[in-house]
Amino acid sequence: MSEKDTGTVREELIKYYDGTERVATIIDEEVAFPDGKLIVSRTDLKGFITHVNQAFVDMSAYSREELVGANHNILRHPDMPAVAFKGLWDTIESGEKWQGYVKNLRKDGRYYWVKATVIPNVRDGRLVGYTSVRRKPSRSKITESEQLYSTLM
Amino acid sequence: MPFNFTVSPDFAPDHMSGWFYFNTWLQRNLETEIHLELFDSFDEQREAIRAGKIDLIYANPYDASMLVREHGFKAVVRPAGKRDEAVVVVPASSSAEAVEDLSAGVRLATTADPDVHTIGMIMLEPADLDRHNITQREYDTYILVAKALLRGDADVGFFLKQGFDELSDLIKKQMKVLVSSQISVVHHSLLIGPKMQDYADPLSRLLVNMHTEPKGAGVLESMGIKRWESMSVEQTEFMIDLIDTLVI
Repeated sequence: MSEKDTGTVREELIKYYDGTERVATIIDEEVAFPDGKLIVSRTDLKGFITHVNQAFVDMSAYSREELVGANHNILRHPDMPAVAFKGLWDTIESGEKWQGYVKNLRKDGRYYWVKATVIPNVRDGRLVGYTSVRRKPSRSKITESEQLYSTLM
Repeated sequence: MPFNFTVSPDFAPDHMSGWFYFNTWLQRNLETEIHLELFDSFDEQREAIRAGKIDLIYANPYDASMLVREHGFKAVVRPAGKRDEAVVVVPASSSAEAVEDLSAGVRLATTADPDVHTIGMIMLEPADLDRHNITQREYDTYILVAKALLRGDADVGFFLKQGFDELSDLIKKQMKVLVSSQISVVHHSLLIGPKMQDYADPLSRLLVNMHTEPKGAGVLESMGIKRWESMSVEQTEFMIDLIDTLVI
């Protein structure tokens, strides 16, 4: 848990890139990334989840059934600037690997930080989807990212 | 000309004879000549791969990625229940209780095993450690990594989890595990090269049933493998995609 956490609860409207929106409960309380684990998911070309591993289920607090078929932006935390995700999509749609630090929103409103790597999945020369693998970030990288993202909001 | 078969140099020394029994069993059942060559190092083995000298290989996941994407190999089977996991270990006397307690300047004992080293380095990231702020020395075996830790020549060591578990209790008691990976989807696999592709289907059928016949079961036991599981193209691609994300 971050020392800066206040535990405050707020309701916030989250607007997605595709024009949809939802009101989410946001709790200022971090859930620590589990040591030694990787969170793995795969999506189709539009970002709809096709596969999750157990670590993803555990950390997101959603069930596997809720996750598969949902858009990956179900994890989007309102503290993440839209420009960060634009950079991600621009990178992977051009066939390149993207790596960065992301604050994710859990179903219960709490959050967790990850170091994410997303790669395009190419089969027989054709782009068919994306694989995202998240690992434990260092506290100093989280602090740097918090400062950077707050300037991009 | 016989086909050439090799095994990733990170196999457990106790199972070396098992791979020779396996090769004999394979030749008899596939009715073709296969020569088994074991290399002392990953570099020597990769040189043979690049020179097109290898037709069949039991490869670690990092090499599997290179073999499939760059050399046209196809995964046939993987050992059931065996996953490649790494552990980060310190001497029992170390004041570190978690990876985050390690600081810049630590001396790392590691091996040339690419998956264990990479997974180990990823597990050091939460402490802001990378190759630029640690000193590292590569050892030939996990026994030597353990010795370096016990002698005080290293502060932290990387082991294949299975390699660590197989150390004697006496040695293990003098060390403590800071973190153990739980990745589950990274594993060794048996891959077949372009020149041997005609054997892919018969080889797969033969191996997935190997544990059901007495001689085959005995050979598997000597290799420390319970049974083989077939691997689809998509399972192979998924593992390679995942390996591609594990960059340090």
